[in-house]
Amino acid sequence: MAITLTVNDEEVTLDLDPDTPLLWALRDHLRLTGTKFGCGIAQCGACTVMLDGFAQRSCVTPIGALEGATVQTIEGLDGPEAEAVQAAWTEINVPQCGYCQSGQVVSATSLLREVPKPSDQEIDDAMAGNLCRCATYARIRKAIRQASDSLEA
Amino acid sequence: MHPIVKPAFAPRPTRRGFLAGTGGLILGLHLAPQARAESSAPTAPTPGAFVPNAFIRVAPDDTVTVLVKHIEIGQGANTGLPLLVAEEMDADWSQMRAEQAPSNPQLYANAAFGIQGTGGSTGLSNSYMTMRRAGAAARAMLVSAAADLWGVPAAEITVSKGVVAHGPTGNEASFGALAEAAAKGPVPEDVALKDPADFTLIGAEGITRLDARSKSTGQAEFTIDVYRDGMQVVAMVHPPKFGATVASVDDSEALAIPGVRAVRQLPSGVAIYADDTFAAFRGRDAVVVEWDESAAETRGTDEIVETFTAAARTASLVAEEAGDADAALAGAERVIEAEYVFPYLAHAAMEPLDGVIEWDGSAAEIWSGMQIPTTSHATLAGVMGLGQEAVTINTMYTGGSFGRRATPDNHFAAELANVAMAGGPGAYKLLWTRENDMQGGYYRPLTVHRLRAGLDGAGNITGWVNQLANQSIMRGSPFEAMMQGGLDPTSYEGANDLPYELPNRRLAWAEMRSPVPVLWWRAVGHTHTAYAVETFLDEVLETGGRDPVQGRLDMMRADRPRDRAVLERVAEMAGWSGPGTGDRRYGVAMARSFGSYVAQVAEVEDRDGAPHVTRVWCAVDCGLAVTPDVVRAQMEGGIGYGLSSILGEAVTLEPGGRVAQVNFDGYTPLRLPEMPRIEVSILPSAEPPSGVGEPGLPPIGPAVANAWRALSGQAVRRLPMRPA
Ligand code: FES
Ligand code: FES
Repeated sequence: MAITLTVNDEEVTLDLDPDTPLLWALRDHLRLTGTKFGCGIAQCGACTVMLDGFAQRSCVTPIGALEGATVQTIEGLDGPEAEAVQAAWTEINVPQCGYCQSGQVVSATSLLREVPKPSDQEIDDAMAGNLCRCATYARIRKAIRQASDSLEA
Repeated sequence: MHPIVKPAFAPRPTRRGFLAGTGGLILGLHLAPQARAESSAPTAPTPGAFVPNAFIRVAPDDTVTVLVKHIEIGQGANTGLPLLVAEEMDADWSQMRAEQAPSNPQLYANAAFGIQGTGGSTGLSNSYMTMRRAGAAARAMLVSAAADLWGVPAAEITVSKGVVAHGPTGNEASFGALAEAAAKGPVPEDVALKDPADFTLIGAEGITRLDARSKSTGQAEFTIDVYRDGMQVVAMVHPPKFGATVASVDDSEALAIPGVRAVRQLPSGVAIYADDTFAAFRGRDAVVVEWDESAAETRGTDEIVETFTAAARTASLVAEEAGDADAALAGAERVIEAEYVFPYLAHAAMEPLDGVIEWDGSAAEIWSGMQIPTTSHATLAGVMGLGQEAVTINTMYTGGSFGRRATPDNHFAAELANVAMAGGPGAYKLLWTRENDMQGGYYRPLTVHRLRAGLDGAGNITGWVNQLANQSIMRGSPFEAMMQGGLDPTSYEGANDLPYELPNRRLAWAEMRSPVPVLWWRAVGHTHTAYAVETFLDEVLETGGRDPVQGRLDMMRADRPRDRAVLERVAEMAGWSGPGTGDRRYGVAMARSFGSYVAQVAEVEDRDGAPHVTRVWCAVDCGLAVTPDVVRAQMEGGIGYGLSSILGEAVTLEPGGRVAQVNFDGYTPLRLPEMPRIEVSILPSAEPPSGVGEPGLPPIGPAVANAWRALSGQAVRRLPMRPA
């Protein structure tokens, strides 16, 4: 069954088993490899993408449910929040191994789109689902704050 | 990985003596192209490029690419090594690029190991002089090319931020403009290095990691991101118990899944070949395997702990001894004792083990993140029956390692080669699931410590005995040859050569055996020795009526000024005035590891009956800090990784031998809300750079435990602190 959806502003048709997780459709079939695999069970956040405007774990999202949906991956993430987040991420040297960071950046962007001036608690809540084994968490907090400030300026 | 790693793989001297003497560099335009032809450079040098040596490439567009011989696993090798080159070349930081060097032990051996490898936090220390000399030589060649071109004395030429200039004539040229001419010039025999007082990049703040942007935009390419034409994805089913083997396979259901191409039995388990990852993972779930468990570990964790504890109590292989500890304990006014149990730990790096292999029957190309490419190379060639020259390895960005990708037995390289052999010529991506990774062993060794201390009437420590039991990491590996007197230093490092005056002391080890494979895990032995020593010492000091900081300082050996300095510094940072009395308590701990000295103070509160760490102060002496921000990042990461383990990580075996944890739901690493605020102070030092990837970790566990004991009255002696 072919499913048509919008990925990074382009309409794509996926003729795959409807149970195929969005993660593997993106990676194996659309070759959008910025979105990563870490656990496959919605525990680590490495696979986070924007689905119809909200951060979502693509590893547990079957494409069968996505007819007409709009997906933004790290490759297509744009707008002032995304730019501010990525600029802060680079300036503060957030990434270490970098593997979790696509997911972190998508989650942080999603947070700032909804809550431009998040409190400490709101940052903690929004980012708790994204594991980073390199423990770059302190810098993630700082970068979100810096991105938020730069958006306000 | 441990740094004391040399003789087992000493490389043959190369015909040009590349590694002769002090790891000196033979510069040669002729050397680099040859080296490249023999190996797998990720990209070919642009025509017209200046390739002064195996480490540096100057392109006509002014970019300077440094081939980094250490795998970038997050520790900043792709920033630190180029920075050393840029400093001596007087390049501008913005023109620098990093590329992973191919597997080539002759060119890129780790001076500490004699083979190409990354581990033991040695990356920067052993490259410090090599990379600087490479940069200085490249600079000299550019200068001499400019001197010829302009007809002026080389001595009058200056270089700054990537611009070569001659003041008197006003001539100026970029590196790129001079590249072709420089490539034709002779290679300097000897080059002068900068006086450290003239450094502009080494030690500077505001250096952006070369990989920061690509890793924030999803562009950095990891092994999992490699796709080859016609590539199949391969998933593995491994034995459910360590030491079990395949008895029989029923592949009928797996083969019925659309996209599953084949199911093959390999020495390490059962491989499912498929058109894509989803099909491979479904096939993995559908294949039915019977196992032969006759040689398997069937003990559960409780039984193993019991055995190890009994062994620790009678441990007799002496690793260190001074004075007469037994007499001191016998004559002590008071004897304190405690036993500590540390669980198996999984590295659980975010990118599960993976590798891509493509072969045509006579040659193979591999894409992976291997921390010891030299031995992986030999394993791949050996399993495939190919000459080493027919195998090339491309080192990719790697989603963490923490030691996991430095396996002396090269089990993953062997599995990858077997996947290719069983599949026939073609391209394959072997991708472990999180479950493969979590349950696959190669854990931090389960360890039991038994400590005893004797006190005199005044509260002074008169005797100290530490006995411990765990499996050896070196045993059964190529490193076994280095075990002297049957001792594996990675089992107890950090429990010996303490900074404290303990005239009557003994450290003894009992080696345990189990089919559960064990491996170096970020900071290796120090992960448990620092905890056992520094929490026990804290209790003993308290019993003797001593303050944790002053008590340690009073016992400090005169020949350990660097330990003293970090402890004094951290006490000052934290405004230390004892463990405190309110809702927030303070604990201190220190450890020297991988050549660096770290002391930390943790501020801890009680959150729902469990410790919550609010702040950490960290003082580090790692010699000269080449990139201070990378040092801080590694301290933060080490603290986070260590805190993660002591709070909530354990791999346990159920009775019968199955691993209880499957994925990140049962094995629970630290998440962002639990990350403390961290303040790092780097002590100024002119000593050569020492490790930073691991040394941030050892003190955090005991610092937190000491604070928690002050708060709760409970001494945590079985980890983790917050059982799942
Ligand atoms: S891979 Fe989706 S949450 Fe881990
Ligand atoms: S940067 Fe390595 S896992 Fe987050």
